[in-house]
Amino acid sequence: MTLTVFALAAIALLALIFGALLGFAAIRFKVEGDPLVDQIDAILPQTQCGQCGYPGCKPYAEAIANGDDINKCPPGGETTIKELSALMGVEAKPLDAAHGVEDVKKVAFIREDECIGCTKCIQACPVDAILGAAKQMHTILMDECTGCDLCVDPCPVDCIDMVPVEVDSSHWEWKFNKVPVGDIPIRQMS
Amino acid sequence: MFTNYDEIIERISLNQLWDFPGGVNPPQQKTLSNQSSIEYLQVEKTYYVPVKQHIGIEGKLLVSEGDKVLKGQAITTSEAPFSVPVHAPTSGTVTKITDHVSAHPSGIPELSVIIDADDQDTWFELDPVPDYAKTSKSELIERICDAGISGMGGAGFPTHIKTNNSKPLEFLIINGIECEPYISSDDRLMREHAWQIRQGIDILVHILQPKQVIVAVEDNKPEALETMSIACQQKTNYQVVSVPTKYPAGGEKQLIQVLTSREVPSNGLPIDVGCIMYNVATCYAIADAIVEGKPLIERVVTLTGEGFKSPKNVWARLGTPIQSLLTYGDYDKSQQSSPRFIMGGPMMGFTVTSMLTPIVKISNCILVPADDELPHPEDERACIRCSACSDVCPASLLPQQLFWYSKAKELEKAEEYNLFDCIECGACAYVCPSEIPLVHYYRQAKADIRNQKEEKEKSDKAKIRFEDRKARLLKEKEQREEKHRLAAEARKASLSKDGGGAKDKIAAALARAKAKKEALAMQAPNASKITNSPESEKTKAVSLSEVSTQVAASQKTQGASPAKDGPEDDTAAAKKRLVAAVLAKAKAKKMAANKANKETKDL
Repeated sequence: MTLTVFALAAIALLALIFGALLGFAAIRFKVEGDPLVDQIDAILPQTQCGQCGYPGCKPYAEAIANGDDINKCPPGGETTIKELSALMGVEAKPLDAAHGVEDVKKVAFIREDECIGCTKCIQACPVDAILGAAKQMHTILMDECTGCDLCVDPCPVDCIDMVPVEVDSSHWEWKFNKVPVGDIPIRQMS
Repeated sequence: MFTNYDEIIERISLNQLWDFPGGVNPPQQKTLSNQSSIEYLQVEKTYYVPVKQHIGIEGKLLVSEGDKVLKGQAITTSEAPFSVPVHAPTSGTVTKITDHVSAHPSGIPELSVIIDADDQDTWFELDPVPDYAKTSKSELIERICDAGISGMGGAGFPTHIKTNNSKPLEFLIINGIECEPYISSDDRLMREHAWQIRQGIDILVHILQPKQVIVAVEDNKPEALETMSIACQQKTNYQVVSVPTKYPAGGEKQLIQVLTSREVPSNGLPIDVGCIMYNVATCYAIADAIVEGKPLIERVVTLTGEGFKSPKNVWARLGTPIQSLLTYGDYDKSQQSSPRFIMGGPMMGFTVTSMLTPIVKISNCILVPADDELPHPEDERACIRCSACSDVCPASLLPQQLFWYSKAKELEKAEEYNLFDCIECGACAYVCPSEIPLVHYYRQAKADIRNQKEEKEKSDKAKIRFEDRKARLLKEKEQREEKHRLAAEARKASLSKDGGGAKDKIAAALARAKAKKEALAMQAPNASKITNSPESEKTKAVSLSEVSTQVAASQKTQGASPAKDGPEDDTAAAKKRLVAAVLAKAKAKKMAANKANKETKDL
């Protein structure tokens, strides 16, 4: 009888100790947020365009972590899908055309003399890349624009164009179209 | 850590140099162009001066279309630390500021200032330094920057940044190697202007205070070696060294390794191993800038290859289109079945896309090969993993692995294999039996990695901005709600200040309204403007809602009375009006009561 009581007491004590330990660990080593979501978010292109159907890249990252398809991001295109499939351990699928197609990189451009200063595009911009005030001309901060397209629709006078980003020589990818193979060091007859 | 100073000095004095790994020995072909002295060209009709001719960022334009400029006048500023100004190559008029084909393999048009010469060639007011030894270092560095000098050996690194050094410096190395075949511009410059190069070195020594100066010349240029030795013989700590000919001994890291056996660390700079290196043409330009006050507006360009009837070296102003240089070198069309002009040497040069491509600060050679002189690139074949490329790589990389990863776009792997230590010398492609344009793959991979990194930076920035905006919107919403809550509380407080007075107030207001309605009803037949009545004056003190109720009520009353103060006022009509007025009164009363109820409920 005493043995049983002793055993029960010992187990109860152990349970208390471990419970306290686990409780402490849960508070002390609490993980803020979901690290997987952050990893996914880091892969997404952060255009915040909402073409995936979610209001921004972070929400889509959360959705992917909860099992949504990985092929809903047109700005990221194939590369993003590949990286996501490697991270999530799922098969890479082609881009879902319902959410748009992969396009060249673009930035918004306001035709300034047509702008009426309604501030609607400023409210639509997810990254605060539009500068302006009510009844004042607006303009786009080109370096901050992600090319998400969200400012185009709200504009009542249609003065916003999406302009493809031109490649300059420092961003050129060594793809020749005029000269076939101009940069190859030339071998000499000897 | 690395070979010490004394041992290096001893080895150099005995001319027992070290070696760098790999390297190739292509046929030199220098005698084509180095036999005659450097010729001066006539002033061109039009110059195309690119605003950016170096690594870094371009300065701000100082001129606008239609402006008159003088020879040597700065046409851009150098506000940012990494920007170097450019200068007008001759006097004339700025006819256009537009995008013009760039002296870059891509030929992508870049902002250029197009200047039409007035044939006067009038100098801008020059401002030489009378005695550089008595001038402060910072002023000299500023003058070097203002003269638009950037490294003229090929990379185009802004010279003033290199010169602004605060770390201990042991060796100032002057690079007169010129290891690439065909090119002889530095060779001719050393032969003809050794004294001015020496002046440039003196200025650099004054600024940098090195322990030792080494002038390195490849042993295939004995004349240059001799003139440089004569020019430097009075100075005890200047040593002119003959370096064995091997490509690419002129590479900065390779030459340091040959002279000192020290290796510049990956991602490091020569100063990390106590060295700084300048090209001989840069020294010449520095002397020009300080002693003569002349900015960098011209450089020596080698016109060579069997496509020229008279290959030679010329002083070409920056911005000269290569088509004029072809005329000077007597371009022989019959030698080429299709036009093929190479800017730079045969190992690292590129085929230009336009005849109007301008000469810039880093253009040292225009190579026009005859058809059979340089083979046309063949179709590449599969890599047979012969490892000839890794045998010749001067940076001790594994070119075949880099090629593999670059081609498969496994950029992370390529980076792991130190792709960015590749100096793009082309030795690997030169020996490749499968004719693989290896450097082309490396350049593509490097550009891809750079662009990806930039993209990543941009997306990180976008993420921060997006999250900041979200936080801001949330804060604004909270602030708005807080404001509303505070306003409601204030209302409540003001009402409850009189204790139970609120109810009394409402009752009083109701009574007043009632009295007024009655009065109105009495005056209904000739009711005019309600706001003029003394009662309404009183109501102003009461809350706004009540006023609106009153107005509504009065309007109702007015609307309900169809009479227009006609002269015939029969009893039937009067009765009707009375009924209507009573109805309106009842309605108004009900509404007021409702309102009061609602208000009390709100409280």
